[in-house]
Amino acid sequence: MDIDIVELSRLQFAMTAMYHFLFVPLTLGLSIIIAIMETVYVMTDRPIWRQMTKFWGTLFGINFVLGVATGITMEFQFGMNWSYYSHYVGDIFGAPLAVEGLMAFFLEATFVGLFFFGWDRLTKRAHLVVTWLVAIGSNFSALWILIANGWMQNPVGAEFNPMSMRMEMTSFFDVVFNQVAQAKFVHTVSAGYVTASVFVLGVSAWYLLKNRHTDLARRSIAVAASFGLASALSVVVLGDESGYSVSHSQKMKLAAIEGMWDTEPAPAAFTLIGFPDQSARETHYAIHIPYVMGLIGTRSLTGEIPGINDLVSQAETRIRSGIIAYDALMSYRANRGKVTPEVASTFEEHSADLGFALLLKRYVDDPRQASDEQVKMAANDTVPTVWPLFWAFRLMVALGLAFIGILAWFFWMASFRRMQFPRLALWLAVIIIPTPWIAAELGWFVAEFGRQPWTVDGVLPTALSASQLSVVDLAITLAGFVLFYTVLFIVEMGLMLKYIRKGPYIDGPETDDWQRKHRQRLSGLIPHAQAAE
Amino acid sequence: MILHQLVDFEILRIIWWLLLGVLLTGFALTDGFDLGVGALLPFVGRTDVERRIAINTIGPVWEGNQVWFILGGGAIFAAWPPLYAVSFSGFYLAMFAVLAALILRPVGFKYRSKRDSVVWRSSWDWALFVGGAVPALIFGVAMGNVLQGVPFRFNEDLMVFYDGTFFGLLNPFALLTGAVSVSMLVMHGAAWLQLKTDGAVRERARAIGAVAALVTIATYALAGVWLALGIKGYALTGTIITDGPSNPLLSDTLRTAGWFSAFAERPWIAVAPAAGFIGAILAFLGLRAGKDVATLLYSKLAIIGIISSVGLTMFPFILPSSIDPKSSLTVWNSSSSHLTLFVMLVAAVIFVPIILAYTAWVYKVMWGKVTAKAINDNESSVY
Repeated sequence: MDIDIVELSRLQFAMTAMYHFLFVPLTLGLSIIIAIMETVYVMTDRPIWRQMTKFWGTLFGINFVLGVATGITMEFQFGMNWSYYSHYVGDIFGAPLAVEGLMAFFLEATFVGLFFFGWDRLTKRAHLVVTWLVAIGSNFSALWILIANGWMQNPVGAEFNPMSMRMEMTSFFDVVFNQVAQAKFVHTVSAGYVTASVFVLGVSAWYLLKNRHTDLARRSIAVAASFGLASALSVVVLGDESGYSVSHSQKMKLAAIEGMWDTEPAPAAFTLIGFPDQSARETHYAIHIPYVMGLIGTRSLTGEIPGINDLVSQAETRIRSGIIAYDALMSYRANRGKVTPEVASTFEEHSADLGFALLLKRYVDDPRQASDEQVKMAANDTVPTVWPLFWAFRLMVALGLAFIGILAWFFWMASFRRMQFPRLALWLAVIIIPTPWIAAELGWFVAEFGRQPWTVDGVLPTALSASQLSVVDLAITLAGFVLFYTVLFIVEMGLMLKYIRKGPYIDGPETDDWQRKHRQRLSGLIPHAQAAE
Repeated sequence: MILHQLVDFEILRIIWWLLLGVLLTGFALTDGFDLGVGALLPFVGRTDVERRIAINTIGPVWEGNQVWFILGGGAIFAAWPPLYAVSFSGFYLAMFAVLAALILRPVGFKYRSKRDSVVWRSSWDWALFVGGAVPALIFGVAMGNVLQGVPFRFNEDLMVFYDGTFFGLLNPFALLTGAVSVSMLVMHGAAWLQLKTDGAVRERARAIGAVAALVTIATYALAGVWLALGIKGYALTGTIITDGPSNPLLSDTLRTAGWFSAFAERPWIAVAPAAGFIGAILAFLGLRAGKDVATLLYSKLAIIGIISSVGLTMFPFILPSSIDPKSSLTVWNSSSSHLTLFVMLVAAVIFVPIILAYTAWVYKVMWGKVTAKAINDNESSVY
């Protein structure tokens, strides 16, 4: 296949997916924060909490709609740009996407309309239920998407069917309870919660700096700091869990993130910083922390983590085994499935390596004709480019640790220091608003770039996955997306800033009325039930 | 897992073919009126408030409605992977146009009334018009092309190659089916506006809707005649294996004189086009007479009839190939595996009734006409 087409398709996917993920984390987190605020409103009946719900709800809506709109692109892009991928693994990969629609997306999309339009048509409790359903729907959405993505990283519960020339599901249970998918899910939604918390914290800090809407801002900080701190801790713990599961399923990705060229004696050291050099196959000026990598990767002092060079020679073995599977597959094809038991058992024995033989298709049409040199080239192709992974991962982790520190400090100040925030700290909260997005995008970069050269790890090479399109087709859609998405981004940012500047809609008389009743209630003039009306 | 063996592969394939129809029809019945209202927007609303009335009739429900479309995409991917791979990559630029239109639409709804500027609002009004009219047209054009056969073929590895061009899609028959689709959804949008509005918007919607209903009847009839006389059909030959592996290259297909032999083999399917015509005629009368609820139901009947007539006529074909008939996709050669179809069916059986229940509840909560007063009283919260 034409490499330009593959590279352009990858560029387009990376761009549209990363763009989509500008909106998703905020949706995931803000939906829950809003639901928490509305819960407080329903429990205490204080109007301020409804005003907070509505204010953050407005920002949520502006963001949500672009998440939905750009999500449509994602759902369709597999078929448009990755048709061989869609054919080859659709039997497994399509199912979680469809279940996502049935179970989650319908829920959030149906009730989000009612969230905005239902305030006067529903009782307080019914509206609260609607809000929680939106939040639950959004988060379940993420679950199914990450089950699909987790399968690309760790393709369990499936096997190749030589008669239909594709992977077919053998266990839905294995696909759903894929260890990689589950760890990724919690890691990803927690990152969304941190994103929304930092956003709410930053916007509220700006109000405090401007001395506007301080009632709303203080309460919002209390919610954001506590929810955010819990989430930030969860991101790191589950990030570690991800690291542990990657060490089983994607050894090459782990070795590349570590810039670990040779297998080290257990327990391996963690490379804090260094300069990976792909051609020399070593990491220069590396600063190591002993034992840490072995502990993260294997949870033991004796488990060994293989280095890149060892993994390349393993890949070479698997390519040779894959060629045997490919030969048996050709036998299936020539005889329309009527093969001898020997061929069938040969195929069964080697079919797990079939994907490795397909790596050769870049160099030769029939993998059986590949020369030794081509096999070695294909084995080398299994190493992703190391330095971007190495650095992206470290930056992501550093940001994650910084969020814990900052959110913990705000939590402490909010809980025990009566919210006496120094102005410098408030400015810091404003300035760091964009950083969770950076961390989230880096995380996706590590996960997906680190999966190369595969679309489905060990099963289907990226170079084979793309549609047979023309460069012109791709240029048109790529230019279209860039133009279109840029305009939408500017429009969205403009509206966000407009509504942040405008601030919440405060109904003065209603608040006064509530405060009067509250004072009466405190002084025992009227009974509780009556005041609550 | 042995459980999935309880339902035959063949039966599961037929069920998923039906569910594919249900999803596409569900999309047309719900999001269809959203598209119709978008296409009608410049014509039924002359002032800002009038346009906002039209937009706010669909404001609370379009998001849920659109999920039918997204779920349709997901279900095709899960249940008919080769169909998803071939049609989405084959109709590449047309799909991109649909995507662009469907991205504009949600953003238009949400952002239009968030600023007061006239230029801002009228730009988004046009975006909503495009977002309604363009997908309606493209879906119809796609149908027309599917009926004629689409120029694709598989190689031995089942990699798909597409030999057509974007402008090749815009042939006369496909443009005619595009006109059926646009007029049908405009009729549906008008029926919705008749139900949900009053005053000038309602009157204009009724007038345009009645014309759209007549155009639907005329173009649908014309397309039927053309299909009977001028378009070649397809037939499977040799032994037809209904529970074999999903590999199009394992079956044999021939071109035939026409699609209408289906009506000779399965006369009962004539009920579908009959429902299409009767529904559209009744919708026309209902729009003239100003019957709110009944008209919407008639319009739905028309849509169900028209869409199912295409599927029932083509059965078992889903996507025939014009350049290499044996690459054609049928119900028997392009589904997911037995297990996947079963798992998906379980998911659908559990969730579709739940979805229908809460969707109905949301419509009930939002029941009633959208008036100018409602827009003015809730200036900051409505679209």
